[in-house]
Amino acid sequence: MGGPAVFMDMFNSCSDPSALEGISWLACYLTSGKHLGFYTSFGTVMILLAITAPTALLFGFSGAMAARARFLPLRLLGKGYTAMVRGIPDIAFFLFVPIALDQGLEWMRHKVKCPDWQEPIRQGSDFVVCAQAKLPLSTSPQWVHETYGFFLAVLAFSVVFGAFAANVLFGAMRAVPHAQMETAQAYGMTERQSFWRILVPQMWVYALPGLSNLWMILIKATPLLFLLGVEDIVYWARELGGSKTSIYAYPHPDWRLYYFLGLLVFYLSLTKLSEIVLGRVTVKLSRGQATLAGEAQRKAAG
Amino acid sequence: MSCAQTVQDYALRSIGMGERLLPRSDFTLCEQFTLIGSGLIWNIYFGVFALLFGFFLATAVAVARANRLWIIRKPAEWFIFVFRGSPLFIQFFLAYEAFVLLPKSGIELNLIFTEITADTRWLTRAWAGALIVLFLNTSAYTAEIFYGALRSVPKGDIEAADAYGMTGWHKFRRVIWPTMLRLAWPAYTNEAIFLFHATTLVYFSGFPAWQQKGDALYYASYFADKTFNPFIPYPIVAFYFILLTLVVITISSFVNRRLNRHLPREARRPIRFRPQVIR
Repeated sequence: MGGPAVFMDMFNSCSDPSALEGISWLACYLTSGKHLGFYTSFGTVMILLAITAPTALLFGFSGAMAARARFLPLRLLGKGYTAMVRGIPDIAFFLFVPIALDQGLEWMRHKVKCPDWQEPIRQGSDFVVCAQAKLPLSTSPQWVHETYGFFLAVLAFSVVFGAFAANVLFGAMRAVPHAQMETAQAYGMTERQSFWRILVPQMWVYALPGLSNLWMILIKATPLLFLLGVEDIVYWARELGGSKTSIYAYPHPDWRLYYFLGLLVFYLSLTKLSEIVLGRVTVKLSRGQATLAGEAQRKAAG
Repeated sequence: MSCAQTVQDYALRSIGMGERLLPRSDFTLCEQFTLIGSGLIWNIYFGVFALLFGFFLATAVAVARANRLWIIRKPAEWFIFVFRGSPLFIQFFLAYEAFVLLPKSGIELNLIFTEITADTRWLTRAWAGALIVLFLNTSAYTAEIFYGALRSVPKGDIEAADAYGMTGWHKFRRVIWPTMLRLAWPAYTNEAIFLFHATTLVYFSGFPAWQQKGDALYYASYFADKTFNPFIPYPIVAFYFILLTLVVITISSFVNRRLNRHLPREARRPIRFRPQVIR
């Protein structure tokens, strides 16, 4: 049972990095406290993906439903939402949405919590709300501030990607063969029933190419978290890679190139993995569908 | 200060002409419009040159990818995979750090007759370094589009070319390439639009803006930081980019008309703008 003991020994030996050399120096360097923060930030990216993907899908589904609505203002809202993101660089949205949301939320809280506040909110170059309306409150601990920033980032991602998902889903809903819907009506289903029982289960196979494309784009958009001030992998790569003088425990020259190479490999493997998984999902979803792929599967099964 | 005066001072600020100091307080709408518009020069510069050079590399890579020889096909596949599979943002950082590591004094190139010193400092500047990244990036995306189009060139066209006794370069130049371009053009237009959008990333990644000469989004975020009011500068950026997108679509549909001029009217494929963001 020497394993854990040796492991512990390795960590203890890290107490004096200047005495170390070669592999053991590298092992200690890569397990330093700051590096653990770096590894955790990969988790941040994964959490962002895990939260944003379903949220954006939800936004997209609502957007597509709104764009199909009979009620004109609702339809305009849905169409406007999808059109909004098209001609404008998304980075502009990532810079805009968090500030706008933050100010919007603070303004609403300000109206509710401090109704007798007299001064204007926009004073020249300042945006001033009363102390109780601040988000998060200036008294709250650091982690609340960080979580709030992350939450705004997730919302910005969801709004932008929701618009793209809405576009994809809107197209997918129209791609479901019309005969299917007519059959549903012939069976006496109401509009709501035929939507939920016929259209929605069948549309996914048409939506999948567009959605998998979106997923790839979403993965490649995650480094933009850095622009929103979240301590993500790009932040840590710059922080850790920068040259460290001898006043640091682990002095080294400018290694940012290697850290960014690491990030590159991380992203390449993530996209490759997604490609493989999405390929399998496509095969699965095509089963029993009235499409070429579904037909080919039926014939192959004999 | 009148608006005409502001335009005179700041219209070319992004390329270092006119007033040196940016406005610091009491920002007018005119100042924001002028400076952000001035920054757009950089977006157009990056977009136009990356597309121009990228077009040729993309054609070469697409042809290489369709090659039967393993040794030619694999490098093309890897090039496309690396640049399409990773975020442009990371590519910018990586390229910048790599360029910074090059020796400042330049690289001594030992040619047989003479020794020349290749200056490398300009690579760390956005105008060159970022352009190289954008050029490689758009080449990879475009190569994938061209490769897809290359595979959908009708078999009959190639057989007809063979029947006429065309071979090699002649066949490619006269038959395959024009058809490939025609099939790829709508998708290529979208790629061009998103490349223009991607140029806004340059000054937010590794490449620093030197003497506050930045692109449209750089100035917009400058105003948003100073005024703490995102509701004016960002919509201005949006306005400029929608305008730019319309210009790209217009130019591209002229080319599209020319590429399709031999086809009956109903067989022509119109250009449709399909959204596909970030790279």
